[in-house]
Amino acid sequence: MSQPHVIIIGAGFTGVATAHDLALRGLDVTVIERGSMVCGTSGRTHGLLHCGGRYCVKDQESAIECIEENLILRKIVPQVIEPNGGLFVALDEGDIEYSKEWLEGCEACQIPYKQLTHQQVLKLEPYLNPEVKLAYEVPDGTFDPLRLALAFAATAKSNGAKFQLYTDVTELIIDNTGRVTGLKIWDRTKDERRELHADMVVNATGAWAGEIADMAGANVPVRPTPGVMVAYEERFVNRAINRLCKPSDGDIVLPQRRMVVVGTTSFEVEDLDYVPVVDEQVDLMLERGAALIPGIKNAQMRGAYMATRPLIGAGLTGRSVARTFKCFDHKESDDIDGFVTITGGKATTLRQMAEKTSDIVCQKLDVEVECATAETPLLSYRQYYAL
Amino acid sequence: MSTQKWKVTFKVHRQKANNSPNYDEYKLEVDPEEYVLDAVERIWAFHDRSLTFAHACHHSTCGACGMRVNGVEKLTCITFIHEIAKNGSTIKIEPLRNFPVISDLVVDMSTLYSGMEMVGQRPIVPLSEEPAASDIKPVKAKDGDYIRLSDCIECGLCISACPVATTTSGYFGPAILAGARQASINGGAETLKLVDCADGVWRCHSAYECTEVCPSFVEPGKKIMQLRRAVLGSRIKSLFGSRN
Repeated sequence: MSQPHVIIIGAGFTGVATAHDLALRGLDVTVIERGSMVCGTSGRTHGLLHCGGRYCVKDQESAIECIEENLILRKIVPQVIEPNGGLFVALDEGDIEYSKEWLEGCEACQIPYKQLTHQQVLKLEPYLNPEVKLAYEVPDGTFDPLRLALAFAATAKSNGAKFQLYTDVTELIIDNTGRVTGLKIWDRTKDERRELHADMVVNATGAWAGEIADMAGANVPVRPTPGVMVAYEERFVNRAINRLCKPSDGDIVLPQRRMVVVGTTSFEVEDLDYVPVVDEQVDLMLERGAALIPGIKNAQMRGAYMATRPLIGAGLTGRSVARTFKCFDHKESDDIDGFVTITGGKATTLRQMAEKTSDIVCQKLDVEVECATAETPLLSYRQYYAL
Repeated sequence: MSTQKWKVTFKVHRQKANNSPNYDEYKLEVDPEEYVLDAVERIWAFHDRSLTFAHACHHSTCGACGMRVNGVEKLTCITFIHEIAKNGSTIKIEPLRNFPVISDLVVDMSTLYSGMEMVGQRPIVPLSEEPAASDIKPVKAKDGDYIRLSDCIECGLCISACPVATTTSGYFGPAILAGARQASINGGAETLKLVDCADGVWRCHSAYECTEVCPSFVEPGKKIMQLRRAVLGSRIKSLFGSRN
């Protein structure tokens, strides 16, 4: 008997990780993506493999997800990770004050940390602001966003998943019982329109999840929240440098190849398909980044860009919204069957988001196979193109 | 960004399935300090939803957004409009050469990725092998080296720019040979054997177009010359080996 066919809309982090999870469980999977791989939020992510320290005071659920998944990703996809750790550094009295809550948060979320002396930290990261008052080492890392996604997609492909890029969903097909039974799609590589049948449709479109859900008359409380990031042409550090303060603008500097990337900000937009980079925010990244690494002030800018986070929550705004994720079975929330939405979350938790989503999909389809992605090393990302 | 606005015409390569290509023109008001990719993305968002193009990271770490801009290979996410145009000019946007076109500005780079895999190029390397520019040598407290993502972002610009790749379809091409150089730095006898062939390290004509367009400090031309010396070195070594 043939396996149920699941269509996943969106080849961002959640889409590719869910494709991998479901394909590994033996389901027939097709991913539909209107652009190239991870061309929305995921590809433009900062690239921080979070240890959870950023969230351990106000959002411990996210922090615990991060440290769990950080350790798993290091094992299953080391090919795309700079595993050099991170620092949380206090620069002023306010930061020192915050460090008490932060240490309690780390303990509560079981995030390992180690205090370093002034001399130790400047020996490890000589470009760090010498005014540093307190420093803790944590197991952060950085990753290559496109290649992280490709590694999941490659492994999904090896288990039979199909990826159809540059293809828009023009309509969700809903039968007279109110069940989503497929999609109408527009393949822009050939300018062809056709229908695709599905036993289940997964809406994994992140910040755009509300727009896709709306096509089915369903509601998803996602709050698209862009932030700016700026890359500079000098690899000043080898670790992720976090300001030891409440999550705020420009509080993280990451190494990546020969660059450092400073991020990020938080604001809201109406039109998601093109979010311009705002000058003032670029200036702010320079100022905030230079507070952590003074050399950034004289470094050449490499690129400035925006990414739109999918935050979850009705009525809340910006950074006060939890960074955890949520999976919606629209049978329960809107009485629409055959349709599931996954949104929210963060790059670091992509595998766990996929696991929870796949559990719901399998339960709805009466497929009894356990998730195995935490123990399954991913294929080389280059296999995405070879398979 | 500047407050100044320019009027620029984008002349964009269009091609669907196996139809013959044509060029569509889009007149845009741009900020000269915008990146070319921003303008291409806006053409898609506000003018023509049928356009296809590849992009991901928008800061030169992924290598997805390579295109030919006025005939020159560029990573469009870090190419300012003022670098390649003036107010009132036309900017021609085309897909990379020497790869099959999938549609519009999207090419199939699977030969590049499989070639990199074949020669054993490592996507992450110890920092000491690919030192990043900085005045102070990093010291790691624990034993071992820092690990970093490799310089090559597999963008394909060098292969598109290579005059030899245009005339010889079997040629490995600059990125793959530079990858072979990286893979063979600590031994890699198998890799050296693999590239010691007519379509490998000996096909290069030293045009250095690859190094000219490389956005990521790889300097493929120089790496190919180093690879040649390594190949000759290993040949000599194997000669002596057989005599002993």
